[in-house]
Amino acid sequence: MTRRPVFLITVMCFGFAFFYIPILSMIIYSFNESRLVTVWGGFSTKWYVSLFSNRQVGAALWLSLQIALISASVATVLGAMAGITLARFRKFRGRTAFSGMVTAPLIMPEVITGISLLIFFTLLANWIGWPGQRGFTTITLAHITFSMVFVTTVVHSRMIQMDRSIEEAAMDLGSRPWQVLKDVTLPVISPALLSGWLLAFTISLDDVVITTFVMGPGSTTLPLLIWSKVKLGVTPDINALATLIVVIVGICVAIAGWLMSRAERRRLAEERLAYRANG
Amino acid sequence: MKSLASWFHRRGWRDLIIGIPYLWLIVFFLIPFLIVVAMSLATRTPTAPPFGYGGANPILNFEGYARLFTETLYIRAFITSLMNAAVATVICLIIGYPMALGLTRVSKSWRNILLMLVILPFWTSFLLRVYAWMGMMGRNSWFNGLLTDIWNLLTPQSYALTSIPMMNSNFAVVLVMVYCYLPFMILPLYANLERLDPVLDEAAMDLGSRPFQVFRDVTLPQSIPGIIAGAMLVFIPAAGELVIPALVGNPSSPMIGRIISDEFAQVRDWPMASTVAVALLILMVGPTMLYSRYQQKAEGRAEERP
Repeated sequence: MTRRPVFLITVMCFGFAFFYIPILSMIIYSFNESRLVTVWGGFSTKWYVSLFSNRQVGAALWLSLQIALISASVATVLGAMAGITLARFRKFRGRTAFSGMVTAPLIMPEVITGISLLIFFTLLANWIGWPGQRGFTTITLAHITFSMVFVTTVVHSRMIQMDRSIEEAAMDLGSRPWQVLKDVTLPVISPALLSGWLLAFTISLDDVVITTFVMGPGSTTLPLLIWSKVKLGVTPDINALATLIVVIVGICVAIAGWLMSRAERRRLAEERLAYRANG
Repeated sequence: MKSLASWFHRRGWRDLIIGIPYLWLIVFFLIPFLIVVAMSLATRTPTAPPFGYGGANPILNFEGYARLFTETLYIRAFITSLMNAAVATVICLIIGYPMALGLTRVSKSWRNILLMLVILPFWTSFLLRVYAWMGMMGRNSWFNGLLTDIWNLLTPQSYALTSIPMMNSNFAVVLVMVYCYLPFMILPLYANLERLDPVLDEAAMDLGSRPFQVFRDVTLPQSIPGIIAGAMLVFIPAAGELVIPALVGNPSSPMIGRIISDEFAQVRDWPMASTVAVALLILMVGPTMLYSRYQQKAEGRAEERP
């Protein structure tokens, strides 16, 4: 195609401006001297100072990280099992129901997931006395449940693409199915496990709606803290917090992208070498 | 012990791998969901927990479902939700389609960077993306000031405004929905468009079609699965949205997510909250079926390929 797609490039410029202008504006105003978030009163870093001296923010962040770490790890194990089940065990009783239960949470509005879990936990507490108080445990259980299906999707799609002949070769060489899974399949799908874990981690770290339902007194996660502040309006220290989050995430994504492209380049180079050696 | 090990090697590992996630989903997804369905047919009582069966009403109480169709609160909330979600979906499509198409036309190195820029906001907090627009739309913000100046320049003196009332309106809800869900539209569309064979475009060009005709007759029909996937990924979460309308929406015309959470937490009418939730899910079934049918078709096609 010789013609430059001027129209498409124009729309893309507008699109990316649309994506990033609000974020840039938020970052710029986090350095605003004035308490009025919309009037520029000179450069200042005082909101960052007030943010770092805020005990609540630290405690909420710590709680969120703990929950995200535990729920992402459990969700990865459960989600991987479910993904392997869908990809490899073609026939077992209740397969249709199983694939339905794995897909349904993906499209269930968060309000409904939140309410159903809250009703469930309340009734359970009435019947068997557990969970006595909602908080860390109930939030973690809820996060595991709705993030495991994302891991399942990632693992499932990776396993569909995977070359099954290596598994068959291992079988022919006398490995038991369980050993094949452990020694062949799991290493091959490990990138999917990693990206599934990261996805589950971010989903947990970001969740507001479901957490508001299953939380209890004294279990304020970082999103809930931000939520309670943001509901009252725009405040400069939230701008500072947002800026930090955007910067940290941006650096992580850039590093991950760089590592991935380096690995890709190395793989291509090795393939070429192997090709030459054989040819 | 030895027999346990041999059982494990024979079939136990398989049963465990199937069984553990199965059991988990039954306990923490299916049972809570069935409880909601059962709750929607219960009667509200002043006890704790606030519901019961039987009593003055027959065992199953369909009164809640009747209220959905008679009380304007619910009808209006459903209409507002579906309208906002539909408008946001259409705008996402109008902006997202050319962006996805543009991504397939730029050079490989640019493409990776731009794709990363589409995904990046995803990894930051959803709440903060909404918050960023609260700062932009406020009465005294530079953005509002800029738009007000443009408005005043273009319209006669008698229409002059001191600021544009953007916050707390359906306009704000749709704008922020488009902002938050646009990546959901771009990514599946891009995945779809990237797979299309450019040879077809060139053939149509060689046969004398204009670029727009090529787009209309060749590209667009082939990208319908991508359009449906993107539209569903935007429409479904947008219709049940709770955070965006709570922060930038008009409190006097609530969306359905807000109704569910208010019935539950403020009114403490658990049966009615469940009824509204079930109704919302029923509305979602249609689009979801459409989506999964196209997904299956696309997967089937992918498997056919060598």
